[in-house]
Amino acid sequence: MADMQVKIAGVPFANPLIGASGTVGFGREYAEFYPLSRLGGISCKGITLQERPGNPPPRIAETPAGMLNSVGLQNPGVEHFVAEDLPWLKQQGTVVIANIAGSTPEDYCAMAERLNSTAVDMVELNISCPNVKQGGVQFGVTCQGVESITAKVRKHCTKPLMVKLSPNVADIAENAAAAEAAGADAVSLINTLTGMRIDIHTRRPILKNNTGGLSGPAVFPVAVRMVWQAAQRVKIPVVGLGGISSWQDAVEMMLAGASAFQVGTAFFTDPYAPVKILKGLEKYLNTNHIKSAAKLTGGVRPW
Amino acid sequence: MKYDTEVCRILERRQLTPDTFRLRVSAPKLAPMAKPGQFAQVLVPGMALRRPISICKIEPEALCFVVQVRGEGTRRLSLLQPQDQVDLLAPLGNGFPLAGDSGRHAVFVGGGIGVPPLLGAAAAFSGRCSAVLGFRSASAVILTDEFAHAGCQVQVATDDGSFGVHGLVTDILKTISFDVCYACGPLPMLRAVAALCRERKTPCWISMEQRMACGIGACLGCAVELCRADGSHYYGHVCKDGPVFSADQVVL
Repeated sequence: MADMQVKIAGVPFANPLIGASGTVGFGREYAEFYPLSRLGGISCKGITLQERPGNPPPRIAETPAGMLNSVGLQNPGVEHFVAEDLPWLKQQGTVVIANIAGSTPEDYCAMAERLNSTAVDMVELNISCPNVKQGGVQFGVTCQGVESITAKVRKHCTKPLMVKLSPNVADIAENAAAAEAAGADAVSLINTLTGMRIDIHTRRPILKNNTGGLSGPAVFPVAVRMVWQAAQRVKIPVVGLGGISSWQDAVEMMLAGASAFQVGTAFFTDPYAPVKILKGLEKYLNTNHIKSAAKLTGGVRPW
Repeated sequence: MKYDTEVCRILERRQLTPDTFRLRVSAPKLAPMAKPGQFAQVLVPGMALRRPISICKIEPEALCFVVQVRGEGTRRLSLLQPQDQVDLLAPLGNGFPLAGDSGRHAVFVGGGIGVPPLLGAAAAFSGRCSAVLGFRSASAVILTDEFAHAGCQVQVATDDGSFGVHGLVTDILKTISFDVCYACGPLPMLRAVAALCRERKTPCWISMEQRMACGIGACLGCAVELCRADGSHYYGHVCKDGPVFSADQVVL
């Protein structure tokens, strides 16, 4: 039997599948379907220092092979997370990653400080949310921005630190390198691609925020390409995400250079998608006599 | 377990109007879990998002849905035939609060495709109920016989006067007395119904709709603006906090 365990930034995961931030909430809804210990880890809904109301509805639009969202980081704030969600999550037997967002570098640093003394296993720096004016993506679009915010947070963060990168940039490998240089322990990519849909009858954008973030199978090839580019550039682990909906996608993402992968929108199509992906991945490893999932990482043979 | 997925076989498909049809599906696992007013997320093969469809009728081992063709997803669902299979995630949402109300006279106010979710609740009132149903025209009228069969006195309003009363459901609602109101339909209708109930100080429950992704409260996509007791507003979610809300609770 193949060994499914992987290690990211020193943190051991039972398997390489992580629930992507913003799609699995704080885990409770999916715990109705299966024990969360089946998942390698969960990246929690993006949290901010203070509670955020989120954007006005409609927040969801469907697209060919994907969806747009403009939720806008609606969350109960870090204190609520620490008091109410984290203790429950820690009992579920999965790695808990806190995805943090802020309006200023000071916000991010304060969040990191607050989480140092908690049971969070890892911090994911969200500098790539496209749906809020303040907080998120403005720190993540330039190399200088990525390097500066990562370096600042690194000083305050004693937890393993993963930086989640935006695909809405000129060269994602440069940004991955900037995060690495500033002390990130890992990078995760991609966040959503900025998109838009318009109702042709009302001539109004479907989303009240006008634009939103595109996710789902539609973005998968973009994510594979970016993970491949980033993985060649940095030595720290790359966690790949963006449109993974089958075990074949997961294998492909790992071959592109991912040490682990996150599953997001696929939870909405099929709540059991993660379980099916892991089963398929394990079978693929066994059938092909590959001893461990980790051996897939970067196994692509480019022309 | 509150909800789960089940691959359900279509038992029956009936065309109700040119753009609506009724599906009865075998759901031995999900049907016993369901309450009136809840909904299902229906998987459309090849599409990323499921379609939230209200549960119209609950049988011991089957569920009925009325689907209106609105876009590509519902168009594909409309092609399903008996013996075909469909993957459901259900039962979702809170459903109608019926326990304290079943001895009172209820009115069900439905507009268009807002009519089906009310049918399941009507059965709980064993004859002490009225249904006031509104449609665009005679060709869009659905489920009147079913509401009558559930013991409701049924009155219909159409926009063009081609069936029942020429006018709005609220024109009819004003003429009848009731202890509690359950409503589902377009926003302007819900506003008018809620206003009338507020005037009469009658409890009013409304079932809301929103574009949705997960259906269970994880993605926070289906936001709806709600009021706190202190008057401030916040975003709740149709899938988990609803789809049924007290009319006073929602910013309509």
